[in-house]
This record gives sequence, C-alpha cells and structure tokens, in this order.
Amino acid sequence: MTGFLETMFSPGSADMILTIGTIVVKIAILIGIVLLHVAYAPYFERKVIGHMQVRMGPMRVGPHGLLQPIADGLKLFFKEDIIPAQADKSIFYISPVICLFTAMSTLAVIPIFGGFVIANINIGILFVLAMSSLGAYGIVMSGWSSNSKYAFLGGLRSSAQVISYEIAMGLSLVGVIIMSGSLNLTDIVAAQEAYPLKSFIIPQIIGFFVFCVAAMAETNRTPFDLPEAESELVAGYFTEYSGMRFALFFLAEYIGMLLMCAIAAICFLGGWNGPFEVPYIPFFWLLVKVYAFMFIYYWVRATVPRYRYDQLMSLGWKLMIPLALFNVVLTGTIKMLR
Amino acid sequence: MLPELFFYYNATVITVLSALVVTRSNPVHSIMLMLVMFFHIAALYLFLNAEFLAAIQIIVYAGAILVLFLFVVLLLNLKKELVTQIFIVRWPLGLVAMAGLLVLMFAGIKSFTLGPTGDFTIEKIAGETHTAAIGTVLFTEYIVPFEVASLVLLIAIIGAIVLAKKQIKT
Repeated sequence: MTGFLETMFSPGSADMILTIGTIVVKIAILIGIVLLHVAYAPYFERKVIGHMQVRMGPMRVGPHGLLQPIADGLKLFFKEDIIPAQADKSIFYISPVICLFTAMSTLAVIPIFGGFVIANINIGILFVLAMSSLGAYGIVMSGWSSNSKYAFLGGLRSSAQVISYEIAMGLSLVGVIIMSGSLNLTDIVAAQEAYPLKSFIIPQIIGFFVFCVAAMAETNRTPFDLPEAESELVAGYFTEYSGMRFALFFLAEYIGMLLMCAIAAICFLGGWNGPFEVPYIPFFWLLVKVYAFMFIYYWVRATVPRYRYDQLMSLGWKLMIPLALFNVVLTGTIKMLR
Repeated sequence: MLPELFFYYNATVITVLSALVVTRSNPVHSIMLMLVMFFHIAALYLFLNAEFLAAIQIIVYAGAILVLFLFVVLLLNLKKELVTQIFIVRWPLGLVAMAGLLVLMFAGIKSFTLGPTGDFTIEKIAGETHTAAIGTVLFTEYIVPFEVASLVLLIAIIGAIVLAKKQIKT
C-alpha cells in the first residue's frame, strides 16, 4: 500500500495516469453493462416465468414487451418519494445506498476474462464475502428506520437468514480455495484448467450444491424469499420505500443475483474457459454460464413453493453447514493424500 | 508525505468516530458510526500491507460481531434512552479520570522502543502473499497458542448452547 501510494503520486508518472485512466474506463464499461443487465433481467425473469405458467409475460410496450424495462424505469423515476413521518431520516436515506454500495463494490474483483478485472487483489474471495456480509446492514437498517412493523419484521427475518446462509456459503467456497490454493479469483479460474471439463464441478459437486442453495437464500429469492413474503409482510424491509429509493433496493437485489451467478461460474464452472475458444469474444463462456445459472434461479422461482421460517433455519444450520464442513474435510484429506 | 497524510487521516477519523460512538444517545446511530470506524481500521491494516487482516477485520468485526450488537440493540425498547440528555450525572469525575489516564499514557510512550525487525519484509510478503505468510507462521511457529485459542472458543460455544437450551426433560 505504501509503495503503491508513493508510485501513484510520484511526479511525472505518465504510466500511472494511464493506469488510472484504464481503471476508470473499465469501471465505466462494467457499470454500463451491469445497469443494462439489471434493466433487462426482470424482463427476462417475467418472460421465463410467464412461459412456464403458460402466459405470455409482458407484451404491451414495444415488440414482445421489449421496451417494458424502460417504461418501468421511467415510472420509478417520476414516482413521488414518500418518507414516513416517524422514520429515522438519516438512516432511512443511507440504507438503500449501503445495499447498492456493497453490491457494486463487489463487481470490482470479478474477473470477466483473463486480464479484465478492475482490482486483481489477492484476497478476492474474502472481499466478496466481506461485502456480502455488509449487505445485511442495509437490509436491517432499512427495516428499522422505516418505523413500520412489516418492514421491521422483514428486516429482522432477512438479516437472520442472510447471516445464517453466509456461513454455509463461505464454507462451500473453502473447498474451492483448498483445491486452487489461492484466494485470487483469476488464479482460481487458471487452477481449474487442469481438471475435467476445465472446472471444479465434478470434484466440488457438494460445495456447488451448497453454494447454489446458499446463493438463493442470500439474495432472498424463492424458495427463500420469506423477507418479502407478501401475504404476511407486504413487501418486507422495503415496504415503506417508494420511487427512486425503492429502485436502489431493486438494483442492489438484481446486481446481487448477477454477482452470485458470476461467482458460481468463476469458482465452480471454470469461468471464461469453455469447450472451445470463441474468437473475439473472450467472455462468451462466462456469459453463457452466468445466464444459465440465472435461468435456474427463475426456474426454481416458478416451481418451488416458499419455505416456512423454521424449515429455512433448520435447513441452513442442520443440513447446509454440516454438508459444507464435510466437503471441507473431504477436500482437505484428498488434497493431503495426493 | 502521502503515506503520512493517509495515516493521519485514518487516525483522526478513528478518534473522532470513537468519540461520536460513545456520545450518541441513539445506540443504532452509534453502531453505524462504529461500522465506519471499522472500515478505517481495515484501511490501516491495508496500509501495513496486511490485506488478509483487513479482510478479516471487516468480515469478523463488521460482518459478525457488530451485527450481533445491532440485533441486541434492535430488540431493546429504546423509548427512555432517546429522550435522555445526560446518561451519567457525575461525568466531570469521569473526565478527570480520563485526563489522568491520558497523562499516564503519554508518560508511558517515552519508554516505548521498537522491537527487533522480523523476517517478513514488504518484498517477502508481496512475493508469497500475506495470507500464505500469516498461515505458515500460524500453523508452524504458533500452533500451540492457536489450538489453545480454538479450544477456548469451542468451550465458549458449548457454554452458550448449554445456557440457551431449554430445560432437558429427565
């Protein structure tokens, strides 16, 4: 860090300005792509679920409803921003920002293809876990500051769920860390090239299963969407939010889903390596894997009913965490014997 | 120049935030300020090239311990605390004690000497990554204290379960 700061601000370092410029351009590209994704992910979701339930999904705005996301965005933008009279103003303002900040800053360590990553740090996975654990603050604080019983209960439920499943998620990634011997996401992808299918999917199948379940619980998706159980809690922790502030939560949720899909693709499915090279599109296989994983998210949502709260907790603590621990012991033993 | 500036920024912010944490009347605000303070402590670890410790600082302190505080605070009924202006009547006495402690600390700083330089230079840590360096030392040189600490934590976990468990039917 010291050396980095010194070189960064030493006089006449044109290289450094170039480096910073590249980083800024990379950030702009990534945020642009991610925002475009977030606009069209709900459209994709509605279409998939619609067809699964033998409906058409959005059809009215534009051909096949293609302009629906833009209409929704405009609507959210011009909606009145209502703040409850008894709300804790400062925390009410800052909680959606915390949610979005934690989701967006994680994007910085996600490698899109070899060499394209904003911050290639040695503690990539730890950074992802740290940021996802901070996301719980946004949720619980928004629930508390709204001063509404629905939001408060939703916030408490959600944070308990996120904290419980975070442990399972962290432990499921330990197997990957043991096998690749690194916390750097780029190195993890490189380590997978030697394995069958160029991925950890076969040796780490238990870890992958635990990760998939934990990822759904972490992002509050069906069948673990108890924080947003509309029949009992209206909309959960963001019940009192409206307009742009609601949109920030929405944005954070969909970026969180994208991140989980990206981490699954990078840590278990071999990242941007595929059966054959696609010319000019180095990130082709990562994109395919991410959207396949996202399709599974939607598929599960259209198929599986919601869990009960005690079932959710016992599944997390009594099945997922022991399973992940077993996977850690198994992977460690095999690694030691080889 | 810049490293010093970075350090003084962090030190100042940590001090100011710590003071704010203990003076807020709303404990939820205290916790949010404490969260920001933990980030600055993590920045200090990064400043020392200890990236692993920085991440652990965020994961353990901000992500686990402080969330636990938050839960406890949210479950309290905070009606009286929010309107109380002064919690302790005899606060001047505390101020005097604090000033005495400060004088004592400044007197102690004079006899502070730097320890011997260890094996791990910045170049060496950059070569094998901080995580690997800390892991190697922890699991070879300090394996006994490490295991003792883990046993103590295990006992604490079992103790918490025993205390929280409902009466066992005999």
